Amino acid sequence: MRYLLLIGADEEQAEQAMAEGRFAGFSAWLDDLERRGVLRAHEGLRPSPSARTVRVRGDAVVVTDGPFIEGREQIGGFALVECRDLDEAIEIAAGHPAAAIGRVEIRPVVG
Amino acid sequence: MSPDDRVERAVADAFRRDRGRLVATMIRVTGDWDLAEECVQEAYTLALSAWRRDGVPDSPRAWLTTAARNRAVDRIRREATGTRLRALLALPQPDDEIDLDTLASGIADDRLRLIFTCCHPALAFESQVALALRTLCGLTTAEIARAFLVSEPTMAKRLVRVKHKIAVAGIPYRVPPAHLLAERTDAVLGVIYLLFNEGYAATAGPDLIRHEPCDAAVRLAALVDEVMPAHPEAAGLHALLLLLYARSPARVDATGALVPLEEQDRSRWNRPMIDTGLSVLHRAVAQERVGPYQLQALIAGCHATSPRPADTDWPRIVRLYDRLVALAPTPTVRLNRAIAVAMATGPQTGLDLLDELTDDLAGHHLLPAARADLLLRLGRRAEAREHYRQALAGTDNASERAHLTRRLAECEGR
Repeated sequence: MRYLLLIGADEEQAEQAMAEGRFAGFSAWLDDLERRGVLRAHEGLRPSPSARTVRVRGDAVVVTDGPFIEGREQIGGFALVECRDLDEAIEIAAGHPAAAIGRVEIRPVVG
Repeated sequence: MSPDDRVERAVADAFRRDRGRLVATMIRVTGDWDLAEECVQEAYTLALSAWRRDGVPDSPRAWLTTAARNRAVDRIRREATGTRLRALLALPQPDDEIDLDTLASGIADDRLRLIFTCCHPALAFESQVALALRTLCGLTTAEIARAFLVSEPTMAKRLVRVKHKIAVAGIPYRVPPAHLLAERTDAVLGVIYLLFNEGYAATAGPDLIRHEPCDAAVRLAALVDEVMPAHPEAAGLHALLLLLYARSPARVDATGALVPLEEQDRSRWNRPMIDTGLSVLHRAVAQERVGPYQLQALIAGCHATSPRPADTDWPRIVRLYDRLVALAPTPTVRLNRAIAVAMATGPQTGLDLLDELTDDLAGHHLLPAARADLLLRLGRRAEAREHYRQALAGTDNASERAHLTRRLAECEGR
């Protein structure tokens, strides 16, 4: 099954954790996924101030700055994995360093 | 008994004994919870007419497995999905040489898989219990709804949602690997315990004890204990359920009214079951990691080994409750401790302890019932009467009502 992992953490906290070297486990995490051959896509995202949100209301296309969710719930990156079942996806998500300070949301992909 | 009665009895027995296993097996091979339940249901319906015609087969379970499998094969052939069909066709036919031991252990594994799937941490606890009650015990949606105090349509929707979630989230149908076993075992034990309670003190309805959930819970506890011999709480729960269930023949009188522990005819307790329970308990406590289930089993063991109510070692029971309260200070545990203290040191101390529980157990009928019993022991009949009335207003179980009504009459007489 395919699962999208939405990786998120408070941006300030994440920056601080990065500065303190608490993200050191990240490359080990990626290496492990490569070894398992489950990784279909993985990208990090630029911080939330770079986001633009588009809404169409009637004929008007409205573009606003920033994301529409709370600052504490920013998506910092995502990964698409193809693995056996939810347990493996949970195990992978739990291994991401961001899970220790923020959270990783697991969404099964349709089909 | 007429031949038809005998067939009905055989089908009913097979339903109680084998339904959970059959559903578990069918879920494993079809991967479809609804289909599995429907095919098993149809197999029992078929059994009723076929066994009347041909007689009850030597192995009802093998007959039912084949019947359920054939229903599923028909249904899946119409949908034409190859993998599921192949899995189904690999199920043994009763005509084949069946190694009964292998078959039995295979089925046991299926039920374990089923309960560990129901107890997956991605599912809410209420959903875990509801699903286990539905699939492992065959409780109807209406019965489960009543146990959870929700309407039947609400429970039906919840069950559909949780089965859907298992399918779309890819929740695996298996016993988890060793390193995940421990954290899930707690949920599994919790579900088995609730399952037992649902049968041992039915929430509503005419009977105090419903044997299907109790039987299923005892068998599941034995199974989990067997697979996890180094888990003292699995053994503790297994022992606890055996020791409690052994009392069931004496728990209701001929009219169906509840008989309290101290009035029970102890010669009617199931001695072999108590002996098994005690030996399981010894194995558990020998591991020297005592948890809440083991403590409750030790308390049940004290009662089981007292020849008469007067011989009960109440001070020891109070000490066990003290440790239990330290681990699990739930209102029910504190209520039971208060009663034990009353038995050890006198009704008044018990009453004082009950006063501390007024807020936590507001609206629960067990509190006024316990208070009334203690007041009656002190000879304060008028107050006892008042509390029995309150307790009566709080329970829908006919058997408990019969018991409380009798006690109320005792207060009013003399």
